[in-house]
Amino acid sequence: MATTRGSARPYWVALRYMIVATIVLGIAYPVAILGIGQLALPAQANGSVVTVDGQPVGSSLIGQSFADDDGNALPEWFQSRPSAAGYDGAASVGSNYGPENSDFIAEIEARKAAISESDGVSPDAIPVDALTTSGSGLDPHISPDYAYEQVARVAEARKLPETDVKGLVDAFVQGRDLGYLGEPTVNVLQLNVALSQLAG
Amino acid sequence: MEAWLLVAQLATLAIILAVIYRPLGDFIAWTFTSAKDLKVERGLYRVVGVDPAGEQTWGAYLRGVIAFSLIGVLFVYALQRLQAVLPYSLGLPAVPEGLSFNTAASFVANTNWQSYSPEVTMGYTVQIAGLAVQNFVSAGVGLAVAIALIRGFSRRSTGTLGNFWVDLTRGTLRILLPLAVLASIVLIAGGVIQNFNGFTDVTTLTGGTATIPGGPVASQEAIKMLGNNGGGFFNTNSAHPFENPTPWTSLFQVVLMLAIPFSLPRAFGKMVGDNRQGYAILAAMGALFVISVAALTTFEIAGAGTGPQLAGGAMEGKEQRFGIAASTLFATTSTITSTGAVNSMHDSFTSLGGMMTLFNMMLGEIAPGGIGAGLYGILIIAIITVFIAGLLVGRTPEYLGKKLGPREIKLASLYILATPTLVLVGTALSFAIPAIRDDVTTTSIWNPGLHGFTEVLYAFTSAANNNGSAFAGLTANTPWFNTALGVVMLLGRFIPIVLVLALAGSLSSQGKVPVTAGTLPTHRPQFVGLLVGVILIVVALTYFPVLALGPLAEGLQ
Repeated sequence: MATTRGSARPYWVALRYMIVATIVLGIAYPVAILGIGQLALPAQANGSVVTVDGQPVGSSLIGQSFADDDGNALPEWFQSRPSAAGYDGAASVGSNYGPENSDFIAEIEARKAAISESDGVSPDAIPVDALTTSGSGLDPHISPDYAYEQVARVAEARKLPETDVKGLVDAFVQGRDLGYLGEPTVNVLQLNVALSQLAG
Repeated sequence: MEAWLLVAQLATLAIILAVIYRPLGDFIAWTFTSAKDLKVERGLYRVVGVDPAGEQTWGAYLRGVIAFSLIGVLFVYALQRLQAVLPYSLGLPAVPEGLSFNTAASFVANTNWQSYSPEVTMGYTVQIAGLAVQNFVSAGVGLAVAIALIRGFSRRSTGTLGNFWVDLTRGTLRILLPLAVLASIVLIAGGVIQNFNGFTDVTTLTGGTATIPGGPVASQEAIKMLGNNGGGFFNTNSAHPFENPTPWTSLFQVVLMLAIPFSLPRAFGKMVGDNRQGYAILAAMGALFVISVAALTTFEIAGAGTGPQLAGGAMEGKEQRFGIAASTLFATTSTITSTGAVNSMHDSFTSLGGMMTLFNMMLGEIAPGGIGAGLYGILIIAIITVFIAGLLVGRTPEYLGKKLGPREIKLASLYILATPTLVLVGTALSFAIPAIRDDVTTTSIWNPGLHGFTEVLYAFTSAANNNGSAFAGLTANTPWFNTALGVVMLLGRFIPIVLVLALAGSLSSQGKVPVTAGTLPTHRPQFVGLLVGVILIVVALTYFPVLALGPLAEGLQ
């Protein structure tokens, strides 16, 4: 079978195979899933969008920054975790800092000092998720500890009773899936939406 | 304190995998042994011009694999180069030559190393029609080669291994596609998106702007995990909330990564006519998996290192919804199956934790390894183990009724040597050639010191073993890494495949030797222990020096 035709033959088969595979697996399959998703589960398939008065304000799954244009945290909003992506939904990225990287260590120090100052807590009482960036840079959650840690600051900035704000956090604490998967969370955007409505 | 979370997750996982082991394994065996072609398959064979009844020698089988993979590389390369004129490209330009080559090699080699950031590089058409197609068929190729090796053991004096095109078709159409459809729907229910919306800007509560990305993510995510591919739709892969929104989707993705690799020993046992052989292989895979995930979780909970100690835990690069235990289970699964997806950033793990993900890949992706490739990889080590045991007692080694003569042992030995050679030579060249070293240290390496060395070692280990995960601080979109890693991925995929098919052909042409009192039983715990021992010794001897230069030195400082 050492003829030219014999040795070229698998390539012709492969070429035709790739064309068929591209049509079936590359077009028909994702389009079929698109149809199923859009018909049966449109809210999820379109990004779990959160609306206020009919206007979209974000996605419950994509974390947001609650800072001013200069990046200063706005005290009247619950703050998300630090983000290596600056919460840019078009450019997810982690810090990729190794455990001994001096820039990493300096950033933790700076965050400790800043949060300790803004929230009026001891630097050693700050939860770990408030001091570290997430993998995606778009983490929509903080730990319940970090949410409670921010209650006093938010209440003061909004001139609300602390118990009201704390009660709100209580309502938004989400336990582990099935009781043992992952960690307890508070969804920052959903909490802040409720907060804005609480304040009227 | 968080150890119980891992134990509970592992128990859930073990139950799920135990429940599917027999039905899925038997289904896989049936897929590749049934005489009947489905109607749609017969139509496909007519269109592409294949005689499904045509048995192939190992050479013909290999020519099919090579032809198909080469055409695949050209297809993915061409799509990227033509991106500017393709629909649904989000206005993105053509992908540059070097990056296109690297990506084409990466996805055809079932590696899914990504030198690029998808959000700003790949439009929807390249992702679905180029990359996701390879996610299916490169997995199908791996599965086909594993089945060919099993046939080498199960057939007597035929010299043939089946038909590559039939195996590829059946694996893809009967196993991967139906499971991917089901998995996609489950993922959408969990919050994974499936749309063609592009990037949508909305006004936030503070009056700022937030961007919500879109994309046909669920369809790609399903096959990315199921086919042990691992290439993320988004830059941060399964850490991205639109790829992996909840702790339960994370566990579901772990199940998808493990379902086929852990069920293949059943298909193997069934096809060689002795299910106990499958259980022995499964036991070795399972033991290594459990040891590895326990070690990684221990290191991450301990949270050693200056940064984690200062912050109060090893949460840098980890998502709050996953925490430590769901991150380490995912990381172990992904690196020990050749998937390479990440739900947390391995570069930010503790030094010894990061070393475990590296070590998992250095095991050679066999516990349970990638789809197909994991099974043929561990069967090669089983052959070496039988050989070593044979040397100890002075008998000609036999495995599953086949004599392991000089030719078989030579092929198996070359297999064991191929990947480590690529890893070590690639890493060494990155630092030995002055011009390259300057580029690597100034442009590519992100973390200074020992950690930076580990980033380069990780890249070559990942590429050669076709894993695809990264210490992602490394900037790999450079001429050196695009070229070197591209070549290493192709060699790391296809040199082992050539050796495995040659071995399969040689086994298939043999008759069956009868079992005697002197035959080493390969289904007993004793053999499982020996197999695990050989794996650990081979890996330790090969890689200890280079681990000592990187993560071990950093972790023990």
